[in-house]
Amino acid sequence: MFRLDGKRALITGASGGIGAAIARALHAQGAEVILSGTRRPALEALAAELGGRARVIPADLSEAAASDALIAAATEGGAALDILVNNAGLTRDALALRLKDEDWEKVLAVDLTAPFRLSRAALKTMIRRRWGRIINIASIVGVTGNPGQANYAAAKAGLIGMTKSLAQEVAARGVTVNAIAPGFIETPMTEALSEAQRAALAERIPIGRLGRPEDVAAACVYLASEEAGWVTGTTLHVNGGMAMP
Amino acid sequence: MSEIAEKVKKIVVEHLGVEESKVTPEASFIDDLGADSLDTVELVMAFEEAFNVEIPEDAAEKISTVKDAIEYIERQKAA
Ligand SMILES: NC(=O)c1ccc[n+]([C@@H]2O[C@H](COP(=O)([O-])OP(=O)(O)OC[C@H]3O[C@@H](n4cnc5c(N)ncnc54)[C@H](OP(=O)(O)O)[C@@H]3O)[C@@H](O)[C@H]2O)c1
Repeated sequence: MFRLDGKRALITGASGGIGAAIARALHAQGAEVILSGTRRPALEALAAELGGRARVIPADLSEAAASDALIAAATEGGAALDILVNNAGLTRDALALRLKDEDWEKVLAVDLTAPFRLSRAALKTMIRRRWGRIINIASIVGVTGNPGQANYAAAKAGLIGMTKSLAQEVAARGVTVNAIAPGFIETPMTEALSEAQRAALAERIPIGRLGRPEDVAAACVYLASEEAGWVTGTTLHVNGGMAMP
Repeated sequence: MSEIAEKVKKIVVEHLGVEESKVTPEASFIDDLGADSLDTVELVMAFEEAFNVEIPEDAAEKISTVKDAIEYIERQKAA
């Protein structure tokens, strides 16, 4: 079950903690992976680790033209794109009173506008081929909100709303669009926390530990699979039971 | 039939998978040729690509038959 042989997947943010785990997991299921991000060396190291069936196409998704260019490069020569994982994301935290316009705009641009543009471009080829999977990496914060993250929460909530709209538009074409909302996942970001901070976090999580990138990757494999073809417009919560919206 | 009309017809046949004989000038994409709203968007995009024209949303909304499409593209090409 859940094999992805012969499928081509584009993963944005593949240089990051969760994105790399997603790329590894899709690759292990047999997919060819296209790795994107801004840091070329990190992407190339991952491609080298994976061996075959891996390509690197860097892109800075804060630039308006980058999304279309990325899909064009990924589908060059009429190549298919079966799976798009919108995982690239960033935070610029501050309490709203101190949140600068540029930090609002940057987060919205990378976390919401780029996924829209990438989806719009990818859907053209997916619809034509009557098969496709779009998986948007949102966040529990998009559902619950979080002080200091008005920009990030707005972008991630927007991503969930966009997921539902796109899902309805393309459902009849064999294309599904879903979101994953991770809770606290251990990545380079959370490594900065002290043991005490981690323990405090884990206490809020019924399963009793922080999540791992692999926990998110497994959900992504499922949503990308043939077997998940009847699941669309949903948000899969991967948070150790911390919130059950 | 004009070259444009023939090309339009060919695109409609290909995209909707209907028989050529059904693609008459009066045929409505949705009512006669079984298209849904997404099909009509795909058709408009195919026309844009094939004829190298831009069909803005408000014009696209008014294209409901094969003839509408042919006439719109002929007007753009004449302009
Ligand atoms: N970690 C968590 O607890 C958690 C929880 C919920 C949701 N998420 C979401 O999961 C996703 C991955 O996060 P992560 O934890 O793996 O964080 P991460 O390690 O910081 O990775 C973020 C990724 O996004 C890419 N990225 C950032 N800005 C970009 C830009 N302007 N253009 C292109 N790519 C850009 C980065 O690429 P470069 O480094 O190459 O620039 C990196 O690969 C994000 O959408 C995040 O919001 C994470």
